[in-house]
Amino acid sequence: MSPKLTAAFALLPEYLGWHVLLSFSALVLGVAISLPLAVAASRSARLRWPLLAGASLIQTIPSLALLALFYPLLLALATLSKATLGHGFSALGFLPSLLALTLYSMLPILRNGAAAILGIDAAIREAADGVGMTSRQRLLQVELPLAAPVIMAGVRTAAVWTIGAATLSTPVGQTSLGNYIFAGLQTENWVFVLFGCAASAVLALAADQLLGLIEAGAARRSLRLVLIGAIGLLIGVAAAVTPLAGLGKTGAYVVGAKNFSEQYILAELMAGRLEKAGAQVSRKEDLGSAVAYRALAAGELDVYVDYSGTLWTNALNRKDNPGRAEVLKQLSAELKKRDGVVVLGSLGFENAYALTMRPDRAKALGVASLADLARAAPRLTLGSDLEFLSRPEWKAIEDAYGLNFKTKRSYQPTFMYRALAGGEADVISAFSSDGRIAADKLVILTDPKAAIPPYDAVVLISPRRAGDKRLLDALRPLIGKIDVAAMQAANYSVDRDQNKASPAEAAKALESRLGR
Amino acid sequence: MAGPAIELSGVEKRYGGHAALAGVSLCVQPGEFTALVGGSGSGKTTLLKTINRLVTPDAGAVRVLGEDVATALPHMLRRKIGYVFQEVGLFPHLTVAENIAITPKLLGWDKKRIDGRVANLLGLVDLPLEISSRAPAALSGGQRQRVGVARALAAEPRLMLLDEPFGALDPLTRDALGTDYRALHDRLGLTTVMVTHDMAEAVLLADRIVVLRDGAIVADGSPADLLASTQDDGVRALLESPKRQAERLRAKLAQASDAAP
Repeated sequence: MSPKLTAAFALLPEYLGWHVLLSFSALVLGVAISLPLAVAASRSARLRWPLLAGASLIQTIPSLALLALFYPLLLALATLSKATLGHGFSALGFLPSLLALTLYSMLPILRNGAAAILGIDAAIREAADGVGMTSRQRLLQVELPLAAPVIMAGVRTAAVWTIGAATLSTPVGQTSLGNYIFAGLQTENWVFVLFGCAASAVLALAADQLLGLIEAGAARRSLRLVLIGAIGLLIGVAAAVTPLAGLGKTGAYVVGAKNFSEQYILAELMAGRLEKAGAQVSRKEDLGSAVAYRALAAGELDVYVDYSGTLWTNALNRKDNPGRAEVLKQLSAELKKRDGVVVLGSLGFENAYALTMRPDRAKALGVASLADLARAAPRLTLGSDLEFLSRPEWKAIEDAYGLNFKTKRSYQPTFMYRALAGGEADVISAFSSDGRIAADKLVILTDPKAAIPPYDAVVLISPRRAGDKRLLDALRPLIGKIDVAAMQAANYSVDRDQNKASPAEAAKALESRLGR
Repeated sequence: MAGPAIELSGVEKRYGGHAALAGVSLCVQPGEFTALVGGSGSGKTTLLKTINRLVTPDAGAVRVLGEDVATALPHMLRRKIGYVFQEVGLFPHLTVAENIAITPKLLGWDKKRIDGRVANLLGLVDLPLEISSRAPAALSGGQRQRVGVARALAAEPRLMLLDEPFGALDPLTRDALGTDYRALHDRLGLTTVMVTHDMAEAVLLADRIVVLRDGAIVADGSPADLLASTQDDGVRALLESPKRQAERLRAKLAQASDAAP
């Protein structure tokens, strides 16, 4: 078996366990909410329309957005709950995913349930009344048993949707089979992407078949079939979830990473050192920029690497640029004072936003600095990553130089470099520590007005781990020890097209270079 | 029982602007077999359903076995009244035995008593015991309605309401079932109110015929009395229709046998 496939299988128990736990909980919750609503909708024409329209409306929200929207909502609720009740809860990971997927599962169950109950022959309803049933007895003894096959068909649809959409819970910090897909997409590890898709598809098919047995049992009034399906389902869920009991023990350190190669490598590096020190470690990867910092401040992550300029503009809302050392100094003081977050120190390299061009194109247009670029911009296309254009740094560059591009396009970072190489973009928002800059001999445009703040990679520690000696001792040796060339090499080993390394392998190679 | 089995006074029911029942008063004595007849929309089914409160009247009072229907719990009332209707409404997810047992079960009878009752009822409606484990879908139309009658009789009601019970059956089955039901009525000492649009069935089975038109009673009496006394041409035509049919039938059959070689 190829090493990539071996690596994918090694992660399967954890990813599959979470995926199954999440989908199953969402489905159970979805049925528990939708079924009473379906009964209500079948009883009252006045309720029917708003209920079905509401469920359809939820369905029109892209599932990724629905998941993303629950994070700020829950964060506000958690803050409120902490302020009023003294108890907070985690706004990241399982809870937002569960709520979003539950909402997502409701439409087919609600729609099928209401239609099935309404579709029961009026004579049977009249007979139920005629023999002296109360409306509750009529529902439980006649209507629900008769509607069961159609309701189960709705549950099957909901199960397949939920299992598919659960892959999207990765960016809000919930481990799922989506981790394969998101990480694979970032590092161009297509084995991972396909493995994630296949695992999720197989899981959906298996769930569909088992629920199908229950549906057939309900239709044929065969208790045996219903039991086989239900027991098979429960055994499957139990088997998938069991490995989780060994993971994520309380007291485990949670290492976070945003969604690009450098972050995966640094997370692996830190996790590896913690594990060597005998600590339990769990990882939360593929987090959005803003999600990661807030999660750390709330204690849902214990440690991750962020960049001084990102925190300066996004967390502190600063627009000025007092210089690299001063930014770092003020940042450490402010974050400690405001959120209790410890800036352990800079790793020793910068990963700045850097507007970058192909050397031939830069030469032909005579562009060497952002000031030169402003003149040529109206004829050029800017390619950026997914968040750059909505970040304050872009606003600062745009304002400082008056950049006015012909077109702007957003890409996954990997595809952004492809777009530059293929000429679909003339300028891209690259990262200065990216190995592809050196490998492709790309030109970084200078910033004479210092509009782009410095981006020292800094290790952040959550407030609750601020005094944790084991954590601090394990990570302190990294401070100031990684130079930009080392990081570029590590990043390139993961990002290159041939002979790719996994983030864990790159982390090992990087660690062996430390202190040299 | 001392008083009447059913007592309706001034019962009204409106659907939109249309009066389905326009002040009906009716008294049914215990043991009577009453047929409610009349054209479509005459209000006969609505009237029947006010007795077990499948329809709640807008005005007037309904008393069943001495109890005011308006203040009784509807489901408790219905467990004391057998109800049979044209579509039968057997529960497709239950076996024949489970269908018959439904009201005794709701009343909390013990299993032994229910099993005995089901076997007894199958005999009573002339069905073989072995169909008790079958699904309703596996029965013929006549068997299905026999099960419907058995289900209505299961909790030993004194009062039976029949809404065109044999209307969907073929003529032979219909005749047999009607005759069998009338025998049951006599044997069990039931009070029966039956809605029908088939005058021959009403005349053959009922002791008393109540004719409705536009939500009001226009004639009420035994078939013979009604035929002798009614002043209403419509009612007379209705009552005489089976007799005329029978005469036409006899004439046709005579012609046919004359023509035969």
